[in-house]
Amino acid sequence: MTEILKNDRDVVVPGDEIINSMDYLPGKNSFRKGNSIYSKRVGLVSVHGRVISVIPLSGVYIPKAGDMVIGKVSEIQSSGWIADIKSTDRAYLPVSGIREFVDTGKTDMSKIYAVGDIIYAKINVASQSSLQLSMMDPRARKFTSGRIVPISPAKVPRLIGKEGSMINLIKNKTNCRINVGQNGLVWFEGEKENLVTESIRIIERDAIYEGLTDRISELLEKA
Amino acid sequence: MKRKNDRKPGELRPIVAKVGVIPRADGSALFSMGRTTAIAAVYGPREMHPKRMQSADSAVLKTIYSMAPFSTSERVRPGPSRRSYEICKVTRQALEPAVFLEEFPKAGIYLFINIIEADAGTRTAGINAASLALADAGIPMRDLVTAAAAGKVGNDYFLDLEGKEEDETICDLPIAYMHNEKKVTLMQMDGDISPKDAKGVMDAAIKGCEIIYDIQKKALMEKWGYKKPQAKAAARAEPKKTAEPKKPAETGEKAKTKKAAPKKSTKKEVKK
Repeated sequence: MTEILKNDRDVVVPGDEIINSMDYLPGKNSFRKGNSIYSKRVGLVSVHGRVISVIPLSGVYIPKAGDMVIGKVSEIQSSGWIADIKSTDRAYLPVSGIREFVDTGKTDMSKIYAVGDIIYAKINVASQSSLQLSMMDPRARKFTSGRIVPISPAKVPRLIGKEGSMINLIKNKTNCRINVGQNGLVWFEGEKENLVTESIRIIERDAIYEGLTDRISELLEKA
Repeated sequence: MKRKNDRKPGELRPIVAKVGVIPRADGSALFSMGRTTAIAAVYGPREMHPKRMQSADSAVLKTIYSMAPFSTSERVRPGPSRRSYEICKVTRQALEPAVFLEEFPKAGIYLFINIIEADAGTRTAGINAASLALADAGIPMRDLVTAAAAGKVGNDYFLDLEGKEEDETICDLPIAYMHNEKKVTLMQMDGDISPKDAKGVMDAAIKGCEIIYDIQKKALMEKWGYKKPQAKAAARAEPKKTAEPKKPAETGEKAKTKKAAPKKSTKKEVKK
């Protein structure tokens, strides 16, 4: 017996029963209890074939290997740096993770990255025991100017859009260079910085509605 | 025996539940029953401090309960007390079974409950607010935790006792309850009653929990739920057109803020 209680793209809260059937499997942010699948978080139901998952609408960033994040160097250690990436743990950037050769005994580590520097880095390892960053990525660098605006990490996929459609639209229309950190920090620098801030605010507020790309396009066209 | 404010024995006080009252927190909620008001804020999961309290296989739920000095007629001395330690502990234990703590090893989830107005039932109001705040913060949970108290006054089982009633009770029994699992995660009792009465009081409290559960869900949907696509389309259309009676005013406001926003941000930049 299959009983569908929530449809695709319905908003659910923790403990909401989504479906009462053994023909479906619980995916991300959902769990099975008895015959039913329940939601773990506030989010949107997403049905992919036989897998039912919930796309979260809130929550802090959970590190994933391969993600690009923006972090603030918070501590210098003998063979690396510690960066705050607004996540469940602090991230470690070892000297082996940067391009240039560093002789840790002779070099002043703060000459490379000082406390308070903002870096754009790739998450190299994200496991139970460690969270490591790497600058060995063409996109990775240190920010020396520009602005950083926070956005809810759950809404970062919306800011990027399908295959980068949204972020490319903003980049082209505002003439700004933009780097999105998956951890909910967005760096940008260019001509119309205020317009970028405004777009981010609108995307964050209206992330669950459809047709957002058209609205942003309209807004940027007008300005 | 008659109740204060002409309530029926199984009737709750008027409830206000609001999610997202503290913008800087990861999740927050206000829960008020009559003249008892609790505000809960959740931060995290983030790095656990102090480090020695970290748990290698699960997150730690750190609960802090405190009453505002002005919350009762007699001033409450700020800071931890024997009573607040106890409530922190029982609140944590009431919420832990509902949270998937094992998903965030080594992390800490910080939960702050502040009672800004107290008229009996602060621990239940605190748990209700906390469970909403945890859900708002996007922390994976099995279910929302709901709490309510009931007591025996005279020969009746009164639900959700208020301050004046609490003084006359034979017993007072707060419980926390998980709707889906049908499990009680907190049970305390003051007083002395027979097993039969204890069961009656408990059933009354569980009935109250079921009512609060629906209110909690509604409060969450108020913040996170969306209006039907038609209403959205109308709201997004020209602000001048009066497609719907309520929407145009809203969009008008939005349009204003849109214009004002860039100016504000430039000012801020200059200050920096």
